[in-house]
Amino acid sequence: MGIKKLLLIAVKDLRLIFRDKSALVLMLIAPFVLTVGMGAITGRFSGTVQTSIADIPVMIVNQDEGPLGEILIYVFQSTELETLLEPQVLESYDQAKEMVDADKGAAAIFIPRGFSESVFSTQETTSDEVLKIEFYANPTSPTGAGVIKTILESFVNRVEVNRVYGEVSISQMINNGLISPDMIPAVQAELAQQSKATIGEKSYIRINQQTQSGQAVKFDILAYMAPGMALMFLMFTVTYGSRSLLLENRTGTLPRMLISPTRSGYILGGKVLGILFTSIAQLAILIGGTSLLFRLKWGDPLGVVLLILAAAFAATGWGMLIGAFLKTPGQIAVVGSAVMLIFGILGGSFFDLSMLPPVIQVINKITPNAWGIEGFYTLSLGGTLKDIGTPLLALAIMGSILFAISAIWISRRGLARK
Amino acid sequence: MTSILEVKNLVKKYGDFTAVDDISFDIQEGEIFSLLGPNGAGKSTTISVLSTLFPATSGDATICGYSVREDPMKVKQSIGVVPQEIALYDDLTALENLRFWGQMYGISGKELDVRINEILEEIGLKDKAKQRIKTYSGGMKRRVNIGVGLMHKPKLLFMDEPTVGIDPQSRRAILDSVKALNQAGMSILYTTHYMEEAQELSDRVGIIDHGKLIAIGTQEELTRQVGESDTLILHLGESEDPTHLAAALASLEGVLQASPTDHEVAIVTPSAEQLLAAAVSRANELGIKIQSVDIREPNLEAVFLHLTGRALRD
Repeated sequence: MGIKKLLLIAVKDLRLIFRDKSALVLMLIAPFVLTVGMGAITGRFSGTVQTSIADIPVMIVNQDEGPLGEILIYVFQSTELETLLEPQVLESYDQAKEMVDADKGAAAIFIPRGFSESVFSTQETTSDEVLKIEFYANPTSPTGAGVIKTILESFVNRVEVNRVYGEVSISQMINNGLISPDMIPAVQAELAQQSKATIGEKSYIRINQQTQSGQAVKFDILAYMAPGMALMFLMFTVTYGSRSLLLENRTGTLPRMLISPTRSGYILGGKVLGILFTSIAQLAILIGGTSLLFRLKWGDPLGVVLLILAAAFAATGWGMLIGAFLKTPGQIAVVGSAVMLIFGILGGSFFDLSMLPPVIQVINKITPNAWGIEGFYTLSLGGTLKDIGTPLLALAIMGSILFAISAIWISRRGLARK
Repeated sequence: MTSILEVKNLVKKYGDFTAVDDISFDIQEGEIFSLLGPNGAGKSTTISVLSTLFPATSGDATICGYSVREDPMKVKQSIGVVPQEIALYDDLTALENLRFWGQMYGISGKELDVRINEILEEIGLKDKAKQRIKTYSGGMKRRVNIGVGLMHKPKLLFMDEPTVGIDPQSRRAILDSVKALNQAGMSILYTTHYMEEAQELSDRVGIIDHGKLIAIGTQEELTRQVGESDTLILHLGESEDPTHLAAALASLEGVLQASPTDHEVAIVTPSAEQLLAAAVSRANELGIKIQSVDIREPNLEAVFLHLTGRALRD
């Protein structure tokens, strides 16, 4: 009978929240709209920029007459990067920039005349004196531009290593009398050839393009945005739920439940289960909706289901903790909104977590957002259940601790308040 | 007759504040017992303790033979409560509310459907049962609020000021339904600060003030306490000072008690008609305008005034 009543209360709460239009806006429409908005900003829906990290259009203008310009073009056109990049060599840098501005490219690269010569100069040079490669990014395609920039930076780093290596080698050979100054150009040419080989021989970026079962996987920016937004607004849902406990006390329905022949533990359990059901429903609707509308691949279904349960459990724990310690529905509304935003920012709903300072990357482990995003991201890149063991465990432990603290506090204070 | 409720030395304190101060009374089976007192007198707290919502600080009560302290679950099954506030879910329909609360009392299946139909019939909302509560008028909400308290056919019904904030027509309907429930055999503990309701409904009345039960008995027993005195009520203009007039009238011959309230002075006197001329004359001397006059024969209001020196609405 007790369990039946527990479910009765939970289902009643689920029904009530889905009849509250303002709550639905924040629970479902807001994260959906924000996901779509973020997707649009990142070029997910523009049609010109690809929906995955593949065939990223990049314009290269090479005015260098030396080997390094050629090497850079060779790198971008290499077979290793052919699925990732779609390079186009142009004559004019202005034309390249125009194409980027017209959203026809994720970025443009300009290799200035004399770049190789400045790198392999016989004079001792500093990094500042070496001519610079110019990079022009498309702000509406930050992911694609980021990938190109990473490859370019990797190339430049190797060039720099080789430049220093060449300078040191030539200088030592002269000092040791192995070559005479008139032999420097020939040695330089030889070193340049060696550089060409070493700079161009290795891959510049590694992307796991296959699942363990061998299926091809494409990264989708929405696969990062959608869970981020869903998890952020999950915090709204749980604080709304915990607020309902105090609201029910104020409107008299909680005291009415408490004077029915029902143990207070079942009533509290029903309220908690109601929040959990609502959270699960919210995540399931958002995940289902984005899968259908944007053909977003969330990954291993079993992993997704378990991650939804774990994230909802941990977030509900936070909701209960907030509800247990605050005294009025108004306080919960204010604190809940603040927690939603802070957890959203800390947890990586807005930024890639790797971009945040190391301290934040430690602190954010207290948020369900960080673990949830990590799990969903792993699954979207082809991970399976065993790859998300850590996030699942972390979320389960987080929820358990928070529930225990909340339950102790509520039982000490009493469910009904005068 | 046997007692369905026995309250013994019940005390409820919140910190240093004593909300219910050592009260004792009983309710016989089939009786309507009213707790009459102003707002904040301790009526709702008494009901909260008796319905097991809050524990008593000391003392105890037995309901249908079960101790509130020791057998709260048995007590809960025996009582129905109609709280002062509309304790319903606004976004659920009346039907859904009755179903939910019925299930909370362990009713299910066909019995639940039958009971919901009976209640909807009783409260006269069968045709609007599928509308959400938030679309109802205050009176309709009150009726559903009562209906919920009756779902499990309790032996004893607690009704905490069930007519607060509703129109006269709905109020009349609720008072009639209380009588009908009582005629059907239900015992009722009714709290109110309306003297007229207590007079109309109650077999016995307990007068409560500042948490203390200051008088208890039938209406006849209580009004006998003020003898054959009338109450003369002088209604003053908003700018007039009732305290000043009450003090002046207290010295008149035949005035047993003169108490100021909001824009009124209530005078307890053996003969209101004989005192009227002198009272109006004294008011004129003081330059205080009297707008109207009421003469009331001995009633519960006069009893409260007699016992506390204050009117019920203070």
